[in-house]
Amino acid sequence: MSASATAAVLHGGAVPRLRTYWSDRIAHLLLLVIGMTLVVFLLAPLSTLLVKSVEGKDGAFVGLANFVSYFESPSLAQSLWNSLWVSAAVTLAVIPAAFVFAYAIARSCMPAKGVLRTITLVPLLAPSLLSAISLIYWFGNQGALKDLMQWLGINSIYGAPGIVLAEIFSVFPHALMILVTALSLSDARLYEAADALGTSALRKFFTITLPGAKYGLISATMVTFTLVITDFGIPKVIGGDFNVLATDVFKLVIGQQDFERGAVVGLLLLAPAVLTFVVDYFLQDRQNAQLSSRAVPYAPRPAPLFDWLMSAYCLLVVLLMLAVLGMAFFASFVKFWPYDMSLTLRHYTFGLVDAEVNVAFFNSLTLAFCCALFGTAMVFIGAYLLEKTRGMDWLRPCVRLLATLPMAVPGLVLGLSYIFFFVHPDNPLNPLYHTLTILVLCTIVHFYTTGHLTAVTALKALDNEFEAVSASLKVPFYKTFWRVTLPICTPALVDISRYFFINAMTTISAVVFLYSPDTKLAAIAILNLDEAGEIGAAAAMAMLIAATSTVVCLFYLALGRLVDRSTQGWRRPAGSS
Amino acid sequence: MSSDDAFLRIEGISKDFGKFQALKNINLDIRKGELVCFLGPSGCGKTTLLRIIAGLETQSSGRIVQNGRDISLLPPPQRDYGIVFQSYALFPNLSVAANVAYGLVNRKVPRAEAAKKVVELLKLVGLPGSQAKYPNQLSGGQQQRIALARALATSPGLLLLDEPLSALDALERLRLRGEVRALQQKVGVTTIMVTHDQEEALAMADRIVVMNHGVIEQVGTPLEIYREPASPFVADFVGKINVLNALSEGDGRYRIGARSFQLPGAGHSVANDGTIRIYLRPEDLLARNVEDDDPHSVWGRIQKIEFLGAFCHVRVALEKMEDQPVTVYFSLNLLDELGLAEGSRLRIRVMAERMRIFHAAQ
Repeated sequence: MSASATAAVLHGGAVPRLRTYWSDRIAHLLLLVIGMTLVVFLLAPLSTLLVKSVEGKDGAFVGLANFVSYFESPSLAQSLWNSLWVSAAVTLAVIPAAFVFAYAIARSCMPAKGVLRTITLVPLLAPSLLSAISLIYWFGNQGALKDLMQWLGINSIYGAPGIVLAEIFSVFPHALMILVTALSLSDARLYEAADALGTSALRKFFTITLPGAKYGLISATMVTFTLVITDFGIPKVIGGDFNVLATDVFKLVIGQQDFERGAVVGLLLLAPAVLTFVVDYFLQDRQNAQLSSRAVPYAPRPAPLFDWLMSAYCLLVVLLMLAVLGMAFFASFVKFWPYDMSLTLRHYTFGLVDAEVNVAFFNSLTLAFCCALFGTAMVFIGAYLLEKTRGMDWLRPCVRLLATLPMAVPGLVLGLSYIFFFVHPDNPLNPLYHTLTILVLCTIVHFYTTGHLTAVTALKALDNEFEAVSASLKVPFYKTFWRVTLPICTPALVDISRYFFINAMTTISAVVFLYSPDTKLAAIAILNLDEAGEIGAAAAMAMLIAATSTVVCLFYLALGRLVDRSTQGWRRPAGSS
Repeated sequence: MSSDDAFLRIEGISKDFGKFQALKNINLDIRKGELVCFLGPSGCGKTTLLRIIAGLETQSSGRIVQNGRDISLLPPPQRDYGIVFQSYALFPNLSVAANVAYGLVNRKVPRAEAAKKVVELLKLVGLPGSQAKYPNQLSGGQQQRIALARALATSPGLLLLDEPLSALDALERLRLRGEVRALQQKVGVTTIMVTHDQEEALAMADRIVVMNHGVIEQVGTPLEIYREPASPFVADFVGKINVLNALSEGDGRYRIGARSFQLPGAGHSVANDGTIRIYLRPEDLLARNVEDDDPHSVWGRIQKIEFLGAFCHVRVALEKMEDQPVTVYFSLNLLDELGLAEGSRLRIRVMAERMRIFHAAQ
């Protein structure tokens, strides 16, 4: 009684706070800088987009008038419908196809799994519109298999058929990655228990496998739908006069300067992404909770017929992918399709130089390099400050949210909101517009979340008490960061850096709103070349990007090995150093 | 203890986590050079108290004075302690030498001198010559020794040990607890150790602070805690004990079942006619050399013998209190010597002077 009374009296005063050590002030300042960067380059532009959608031309509040006028315009409403059904069609095709492939990888004894899987990842190394260019060579007006297509009843590849086909190829790897992960998380004991009860294979599939992969399937479905509906490159190249939301945005904002209705379309595109983000957030916990730490991973056993069928299927998929990639590769060397099929480097030399796209290529390299360097630094330091330092407790949840938010923002929407925010003449940051700096910042923010999550995972694996021990030894946090945290996390740093580089090389959607002739990028040059009818040079540029990405990937692989050898020696047990 | 004796003084420390009160008005003085154990079940607040002393958590109210200096609001680097965690928290990418010298390097201790100090410390913790190894090349016990050397390297005034032995396997834990204690006495550093293992606390501590639900239940030497538990919680938590429902009949007489005991000495100020609980350790029930005329000798029958190796836990139903059988410790040899088996009758002397009386409501 007396004890609680005393406590109550003592509680009358303010809650005590420790004095801040000088080195902690540095951490707080850095965290504040990173938080502010995310506010200025993510939150503020997005807010402008929201505001713009309810503003009239004169900047006055008009409520939902822009939305009404949008839906009253028949052509725009048609685009919305087009976007929806095309995205749904692609999703319906990709999810089962990717599921079977993922099932083959996770649950069969198919040979050469590694090779097959690696090939399916190749599309990630090139801009998504590579598949559209390739399809034009296969089925376009001068296409190799145009007659076959028309015999099948499709009159022209330009429009919905082309978009659907090209999107299927470009989003397949994304869906596959999610589904392989989902199918790999399984408890062999469930299957053993089912076997002990004499369960049929079909029943096991429907009662164990499918429920186990449920969350992965939902996640893959939503991600696929979102990727397709927000993709700009493919409909631009192969869409013909088939309008979708993504191309509408560009036309409205860049072509007609109709910022208000552009903002409306931006919000429409934001909706599925935000929904995916929210659903994913809730599913992730369940997916993880589903598998206890005592689960025994499932190891497939050879089943000749099943394995053979799976191999045949996967081989077919991979061949189709190679056909798409290979056609772009081949066509980039053909002198004048289809009249002069002799091989030449003309598209790589004169074609690219003539269009002054060599500049674009070096811009892209610079952008990718800057993102890989500064993006990695910002992401990792941000994650470190969030996970491992103390104080400024009000700021932490805000920065955490800002770091996860980019996942919910499609590149197209991000680029759009950058225009609204930075083009505004009153914005002191206005001079940034059209510079490489803003392209770098936009790209870093666009791909921030994946890097952030990688860094957080790596940091969480470290003992939580390193910082406490350092403080007790009076060593400032940055020394421990430099001597301990950073060396241990170098493999994660390499991963993050590679992710930034590849994505900066291949991205179109955000930066397409922000470049100037001086800061044009390689991936955007493909669009321009295609528009100018220089499809051979466009293919060459796409191949150049893919080749660069491949080389960079190999470089990162080597770098990873080197880093492993030089900084991870302590992981090896005694005697093997 | 006079206030000048206290090296570390904890005054009215409370800690709230939202509505949950992890610590309630904790007062404690710790003398220079002693090893104090915070003992209690998980969630009792012992680790929170340690982390508050280390400045890793902030108290909601109260004051901590170390060596005459108010450290309540100082950040960890401005306090004076070394700390060892259950997880060792050794820097995995640094060699043993670099780990031990981690705090020295920062204090601009010359390289040669730091190296000398490392040699000294590694010898002290019994791992000489292991400078070049990496932590994951060492066993858990060895890693914990290195962590100890690292914490002691800067000669802190206070050593904090947060469940330092809990991650080790049973054998290594036994070995290390003797070593840590010997080391602590040799260095003479004031030490606070948090543990949930009562045996560890009894074996190592100068004094034990038993905690439960955010309050201190008792502070005392291991013997005091064991022999004279101040509360039913302490009696229950530390060691094994028989709990018997009884009635107080006044004047030091207590009735268990149909049997009365007269307790010698004062200090059992329990109200008359109250229901009470009597706490009695198994080893305070004796089977050897029981005199027939001993007023506290009782006949009983063995209900069950639980064989545990050298010792057996024997459940005995004592006459006139059969509904509350007691556990008695027998060595295997004694069972043989007295020819006892399940169902045997025997005479037990109850050491009534060792009985601890608590209100039933407590």
